[in-house]
Parts: sequence; structure tokens; C-alpha cells
Amino acid sequence: MGKSLYQKVWDAHAVGKLADGRTQLFIGTHLIHEVTSPQAFGMLRDLGLTVKYPKRTFATVDHIVPTENQDQPVDPLAAEMMAALRSNCDDFGVTYFDLKSGKQGIVHVVGPEQGITQPGTTIACGDSHTATHGAFGAIAFGIGTTQVRDVLATQTMAMEALKVRRIEVNGKLRAGVYAKDVILHIIRLLGAKGGIGYCYEYAGNVFDEMSMEERMTVCNMSIEGGARCGYVNPDAKTVAYLRGRPYVDMNDFDATAARWLSFASDADARFDDIVKIDAGEIEPTVTWGISPDQGIAISENIPDPAQAATPGEKASIDEALAYMKLAAGTPIKGVKIDVAFIGSCTNGRLSDFREVAKYIRGHQVAAGVKAIVVPGSQIVAHQCEQEGLDKIFSAAGFEWRGAGCSMCLAMNPDKLVGDQLCASSSNRNFKGRQGSPTGRTVLMSPVMVAAAAITGSIADARELFELEPQAAVA
Amino acid sequence: MALEKVTSLTGRAVFVPGADIDTDRIIPARFMKCVTFDGLGEFAFYDVRFDPTTGEKTGHPLNDPRFDGATILLAGVNFGCGSSREHAPQSLSKYGFRAVIAQSFAEIFFGNSTTLAMPCVTLEADEIDQLRQAVEADPAVQITIDLVGKRVRSSAGHDFPLSIPESARDALVAGRWDPIQELLDREADIAVRAKALHYV
Repeated sequence: MGKSLYQKVWDAHAVGKLADGRTQLFIGTHLIHEVTSPQAFGMLRDLGLTVKYPKRTFATVDHIVPTENQDQPVDPLAAEMMAALRSNCDDFGVTYFDLKSGKQGIVHVVGPEQGITQPGTTIACGDSHTATHGAFGAIAFGIGTTQVRDVLATQTMAMEALKVRRIEVNGKLRAGVYAKDVILHIIRLLGAKGGIGYCYEYAGNVFDEMSMEERMTVCNMSIEGGARCGYVNPDAKTVAYLRGRPYVDMNDFDATAARWLSFASDADARFDDIVKIDAGEIEPTVTWGISPDQGIAISENIPDPAQAATPGEKASIDEALAYMKLAAGTPIKGVKIDVAFIGSCTNGRLSDFREVAKYIRGHQVAAGVKAIVVPGSQIVAHQCEQEGLDKIFSAAGFEWRGAGCSMCLAMNPDKLVGDQLCASSSNRNFKGRQGSPTGRTVLMSPVMVAAAAITGSIADARELFELEPQAAVA
Repeated sequence: MALEKVTSLTGRAVFVPGADIDTDRIIPARFMKCVTFDGLGEFAFYDVRFDPTTGEKTGHPLNDPRFDGATILLAGVNFGCGSSREHAPQSLSKYGFRAVIAQSFAEIFFGNSTTLAMPCVTLEADEIDQLRQAVEADPAVQITIDLVGKRVRSSAGHDFPLSIPESARDALVAGRWDPIQELLDREADIAVRAKALHYV
């Protein structure tokens, strides 16, 4: 019986068993940011410890960075966090992609961009969206701050092995259906807690055919499905993406690439569970509630609590509809929006902005809608500007901003106000997530966000942008 | 560095309703602008405890004086889902909670809580419902989480088998919930592993 990628990576990084039965796992790559690391450095100092492998930790600043006048946080608390990260990196010799480096950005955009994210590696970061890096065939997961301390001090942490669920999506995606729709559909089917205890392997021709950036969108939201990590097996696309990136050793690259590819799951690998999904059934998907699994196709109506299967489900629907101020049984299409946000570690990469820019020429953001576009890194921003994408967005009435987490979690000035409703390409629609305790989030793909921004209400991008394939001429 | 052995906890409990209570709900992100975990206790469940418009206290159970001093949190499914922020269990711990009983937990929250010696144990839905009814009828009801005997008991006569992953139970009971010393002790093994990895 063969091994899954998860098992191969785990075996290559297991240091030994701990007294409580967990495994001491070597973390080859550690990423840190300003929010969850200062306390860990504090603990390190309290214990008189140092950073054991400073070359294997990489830092950037993302959550608190303002996206206008990036280097001037108006908030003294944000300034203090930035200063703490600077001095911690200096004191312990950690590489820091700061605002002046031209390489700063969301940690999950920066890692792949720099070639730090590589197949067959373990990657930990005090951020649950670390699952993103699984797109490269890495086992990558979020950790708490005490574990950040453990990794800094020892480059290891205590962990229990996960089960592996292979999610096969085969068939042909319909026009206007993106990676974001695929993962929202998976989470809708399996639930927000369906992945607890699992690592997800995304397999099938749909993922094979995706670009690396699309794979990142999928893996990114594994955690929204309850899975601590998710991955796509490395292939020729993975190798091509990494070739020549700054942190990829180009000496004997062929051997490196062969080693990377050897981590892919064996054909006869054993999985704890297998789920099969037909690509053709996936439609552009949007959320209607306050949990990422509360999603529907754009053509569907908002669920009716009267039709709930259990009292618990009814209570969840009631709570979500009351918060979202949406009516049961009515179409989601046409619900008025106040804000549109394109960006985040889910959908803040070059291909996301290129795709949207293809369709918005000649359109204008609807009156009364605030639409912001936030590149995931300074490099992404630069690439977009080189291609003139920023001008396309500006001409259509979108605000073009600097790199950061922005309105995904509102630890910076980009926030919803009152009960504003935001069409968002981010990953979480929790109550209050976008900075206002009554703010409302509807998750969707970047192209769907653009369609909503232009229409002024939740719209079917396929209709607005004529994405449906033309009927064959008889 | 001897750690406390967490074998059994007894206290009054409060039920917080809802499925999929996420870490943004437990501690809204704006309160994470800090470089220490000090003072997070007062912000636990802030946006559901205080009306966002008026700032007045809401009818949230944590605002009910009958439950003042409760040290055990009762909850539903997938408690602590969402972000990896340790600020969430830190805020609950600093608020005064010493344990959480729920139908299920999100994994990162569970691990973070265990490392803080705050046990997270699971019971069946109807068992949690019975405890909820008991504490809501009489908030003085004492609940005991017995990690050695693997039971949850109450002064009202409940006695249920609890579930918790064995590694976490062992870590709590044996006083090794913070693994740092054990991780540090294996320096030689770590070096061997690091050397075998081409990318390190």
C-alpha cells in the first residue's frame, strides 16, 4: 500500500514521540507576522531562550498595515506592533520583508512569491490561512502563539497526525465558475466542521488544470471547512512556478524538482475518506449567512428555516437571517450591497486582478457603492501597475490600494460601518468579521464581486459580463 | 518547570448558545492590537455582550448576574472555529473560565486551550442540554470535570462520560500541557532530522 503526500511529509519531519503520545514534528519553514508573534517573542525572552534556526523563520507585516499611506499607521497600537516585529526580527536575526523592501504583503502571498513555499515541506504560521501553501504540496497549517514560541525555540512542535480525505472534483467547470466557487461549493457540501481531524487532498482533473494561484485559493479555505490543512499534489506546474524564485536553490534544480515531485501521493495510497464531486454541478456560489458553509448558487433562493431538517439547523438559519437582514425563500440575486472588496490571501493575486480587469472595461461601479481593490503584496501591486490594471480599476470607479489584509479582517482602517453589506472576495463571513459588529459579508469570487459592484446588488457575473459560452451555430 | 496537574475541575457553569461560535465572536480582531495577552479578559464576547449602537449590555448570558463567577463554559458544535488566534482562549481564560464543555471543538482552538491548561471536553448534545437546563434553573449547580475518571458530574445528579483526545487528557493529568521543555530536551534528535532535510 502506497503513501499519501501527507504521510510522506509527516514521516520526513517526525522527530520522535512525546510522552503524551503526540509527535514532535520538525517545522522546516516558519512564517510570522505582527499580530500573533510579539507575545511568542515575549515568552521566549521570559524563558531565556533564543531562536534556534533563525534562517528558517520569515516575517512580514500584513494585518494592521493601512492600504492608503501604507507606512504611516495612524493608530499608535498598530505602530507599536510594527515596531515590535522590527526589533524582534533584528534581535534574533530573522529575515523581515518590511514595507521598504518592496516585497511586503500578506504572508500567504509572500511565501509562494519568494519561493519559500516548497513541495514536501512543513510550514507553520500563527495564522489559520497557512493552509494556502498546501497548493504546492506542502503540509501547511495555522498554529497558536504558544506554538509559535515552540517553533522559534526548537523549530519543532507537538502535533497529532491528521486523517486524510481525498476530495476528487472531476469534469468540466462551467463558464464563470472559478476556484473560489469550487471551494465554497465543497465547504457547502461538507460543512464548516466537516474537516475537523482531517487534512484535505484536492485531486481530480479540475485541480490538475488549475493554475498555482487558483490552487492557492482552494487550499486557503480548507480551514473554513474545518480542515487544518489541504494540499494539491505537486506537478510540472508547481515546478515551473518555483523555478528561479529568490529562495529556490537553482544548483542542481533538476534533482530538487525530482525530490519535490516524489512527495506526490502514490497511485495506491490509502485515504481515510474519499469524496467525489462532479465539476459540472458547481455554479457561481455566494454565502447568505454567517458561516462559510452557508452558501448557495447565485440562481438559488435564500434557505427557509421552515424547511430545516433539524431544530438545530432551523436555529442556525434563523440566527443567520436575522443578522444578515435577509428574507427566507427570496433570491440572493438582487440584494443591495454597500461595499465591494477584492483582495485577501484568498483572492489577492495577479491572476485574480487580471481576470476581473478583463471584464470591467466600459463599466462603472454603481452610485453609492464603495469598491476597493487591494493587491496581496507589493510585488503583486507592482505587476498589476506594470500591466496597467490599476488604471482599468480606477477608470471603472474602484479604489486601487496598497498591499495588506485590508477589509478581510479589519485590523486596519478598512472596515465596514454599521450594517453595511459587503460583496467580498475574502474567506470569512462571521458576525463582525469586517470590522463593524453589525457588518454583513457575502463571500464570492472576485469576478462576482466586480459584478456586484457594478450592478449595486448581488448579481450573476455570467449575465452581466456575458460569460456563458455562445450557443454553437448550427 | 513543574506544571500543575489538571486532574479535576469543579465550578459553576454558563451556557452560551449557538453553533460554530468563531474566534472573531470570542475576541473581535480590533482587540488584538496588542503585544501582550494582558487585559484580553474584558473583551471576551465583546460584540455580543454590548449593543454595538448604544453600548448598553445585551441579554447575553455572560451579562446575567446569576452566572457571575461561572468557570465552565457550555457550548454547542464546532466551538472556536475560524482563526488560529490564541487571543481567543487567552481571553476566555483571563475572563475566568477554566474549562469548556461543548459538542465539538475546532482543532486549533482545542490545541491552544490545552496548552493553556484549559481543558476542552465534549459531551453529547442532549447531555449538554441537560446541564444547560440544570444551571439555568439553578446557577449554583456545581459541575465537575473529572479528567482521571473521564466523567462530567453535577451536584444536580448528572453523570456523563466525557470525550477528549487521549494525548490532551494525558498532557493535562500528568502536568505536561506545555510541551516546551520536552521539545527542548531533544536537541540532538532535532539536529539529526534537520540535517536530513535538503531545504533546511
